[in-house]
Amino acid sequence: MQALPTAPMATPRRQVFVGTALALGAAATALGAMLAMWLRYRDAAISVPGGSWLPKDVSVPMVPANVMLIACLPICIFAQWAVYSAKRQDKPHAGLALGLVALLAIAVINAQAYIYSQMAVPVNEGAYGAMFYAATGTVVAMAAIGVVFSAVVAFRYLGGRTTDVEVVSAHALYWYVFSAAYAVLWFVIYVTK
Amino acid sequence: MTTMDTHVPSAEDTLGPGFACLADWVTTTDHKKIGRLYLGAGALTALASLVIAALLAAERIDINRELLGAGSLTQLFTLQRFGLLYLTLAPIVVGVAVAVVPLQVGARSIAFPRLAAAGFWAWLVGAGLAVYAVVMNGGPGGGEPRFVDLFILATMLTMAGLLASIGSVAVTVLTTRAPGMNLRRLPYLAWSSLVMALALVVALPAVMGLLLYLYVGHHYPSLADFSGNQAFGGVVGFGFTQPFTLVFLLPVLGFAADAVATATHRKVGPRGPIMIGMGLLSLGFISVVAQGAPGLSAAFRDLSGGDKIKELIPFGIAYGLPALGALLVVGPTLQSLRRKPAVHAGLVFAVPAALLGLLGAAASVLSGIGDAALGGTVYEEGTMGVLVAAGILGGAGAVLHWLPKFNGRTVNGAKVAPLALVGLLGGALVSLPMMIAGFADQPSGIFPTVTGDGPIVNFQDVSGPVALWNSLALVGLALLALVVLGTIALAFLGGSKDAGDDPYDGLTLEWATTSPAPRHNFDAIHIVKSAEPLADLKISNRSDA
Repeated sequence: MQALPTAPMATPRRQVFVGTALALGAAATALGAMLAMWLRYRDAAISVPGGSWLPKDVSVPMVPANVMLIACLPICIFAQWAVYSAKRQDKPHAGLALGLVALLAIAVINAQAYIYSQMAVPVNEGAYGAMFYAATGTVVAMAAIGVVFSAVVAFRYLGGRTTDVEVVSAHALYWYVFSAAYAVLWFVIYVTK
Repeated sequence: MTTMDTHVPSAEDTLGPGFACLADWVTTTDHKKIGRLYLGAGALTALASLVIAALLAAERIDINRELLGAGSLTQLFTLQRFGLLYLTLAPIVVGVAVAVVPLQVGARSIAFPRLAAAGFWAWLVGAGLAVYAVVMNGGPGGGEPRFVDLFILATMLTMAGLLASIGSVAVTVLTTRAPGMNLRRLPYLAWSSLVMALALVVALPAVMGLLLYLYVGHHYPSLADFSGNQAFGGVVGFGFTQPFTLVFLLPVLGFAADAVATATHRKVGPRGPIMIGMGLLSLGFISVVAQGAPGLSAAFRDLSGGDKIKELIPFGIAYGLPALGALLVVGPTLQSLRRKPAVHAGLVFAVPAALLGLLGAAASVLSGIGDAALGGTVYEEGTMGVLVAAGILGGAGAVLHWLPKFNGRTVNGAKVAPLALVGLLGGALVSLPMMIAGFADQPSGIFPTVTGDGPIVNFQDVSGPVALWNSLALVGLALLALVVLGTIALAFLGGSKDAGDDPYDGLTLEWATTSPAPRHNFDAIHIVKSAEPLADLKISNRSDA
């Protein structure tokens, strides 16, 4: 059979970026479903006369929760700074930006651990405890994966793959979506209580 | 000059041919092999699931006799539901997509091949652990807490594996298509797989998130509604039933359209409505996003006009539009058969698969109508059965259709037509009697229930020939198992060698490479100018001649 006209070898188009976007979509829907269930249970709890969703003697420490949200802003800025620097082959600044992203992400995880210790909600105390740890734990897991992602991108970039800007862009996308997801969680779990 | 021996011993040299072959399959990143691993393992788990379903059908034949212990019925019912969806239907359609779609879009490999392979192994391990957990009295309704936990985690692992593999397919379609192949020029299987992948990326993580709640709630027992082992159905049951399961029908219908186009040597169109139809069919995932299928309430007729509209809109999106989508795909596909198709192995399976798929989509609509009072009856099992039958026939057809690209063999369509008819009969027997029994109020679920003095059959008031309905379902399950066994035999032993690169005079890119396809799929990347690139070439060649 005669062959079709052939084209030069094509490189995949933004494969890592598209893959990251799909993975983030999956993570977002998982968290969305969990928060929707949270709101349903919360609504059922407070609709009973005298009912309360937050367990007795438990208060939400808003300062670390707010600090985590505020930290998301520089995380996004630094992640975009890494993209900006990578596009200009500016190795020192790209490395610095990626390092700062990882550092702030670790700070976010630390703040969440502080919230756990301050709230001291028993995990087996009704629906609140189980859902609280499952939902916030999912975000902590996302932050931990993000730290690993930042480290991998940094090692790849500093190791010499300076033309691989797509991965740095995917990394920035990751933290944008993380920040949005955390903002929703912050409002649902910490603000509306 | 000194020369150095640069010979590196191969795996075959060091391990022997048997181990080398095994190691090659275990560590493979070739999408065709990963897809076949899914299909092979899916065939075995499908057989096991069909046997379990047959045991339950046998239990129901005589309502006064207890074949299986009341305790094991709970476990078997769990395994049946989990098995038919995530160990039968899902691996078959995902396997077909992984094996064939990269070839169809002209890619040299699947995107993230290691992730796709890891997805298969995660699915396999998760499936094995889930079955083990249920056998050890875990799973929903299980009495062993450790194994209830294990079942939940294993189910999440199974879903994560499927997501990893189908996500790789989606990225392949989105990023590594041949030059000139825009999304409107995608073959139907590739388009339907992309739509299914995107729907699953939205839906399965939602189920997994709620499973995480279940796990935490059960592992650390509390007074939460989801902390008990009975809560599985209430919290994530919508991830195991219609209309969500219609999403898995997409590649079946996509394969049917491609097989008919290949057999008739003409495009199946109009492409726009068919592709839109596939998009509509995927809307079954809405039931997962909404955390429950939005059906019409039993008091629908008494509602005011405004309230009726409030119920009709979500019902139409979750149930009506997917059924309409199936009709938009199956109608033109079957209409194309008027062009005197060549009888290929793929075609003889594609037509019954499409018919059963359409039946399943249409039947799902009724289950959402509260006035029909089908909730909690075996009607839902009948609908599930017809979808599984469509998946089995579609998977069998896809394997035989693309067999030349897998192992260089072709199977004669006329010779396998009886097997396809057996499958069609099996699908009808599995579903129609159960649907009728549903209208007669035969309850679904676990029985007999044990209360007080001893076993009590909880559907003794059902009117109609219960034994006949369940006997027919049992026969149908046996016929479907026969189809699975027959397909396995044909794939390994049947057909003739030397299929040729393009044995069916195909229209799409996978027929432009050698049979079997090499590891890198194509020696050259092709430029595509229409949805039927090979047809363009053949017309051009004929004009030149």
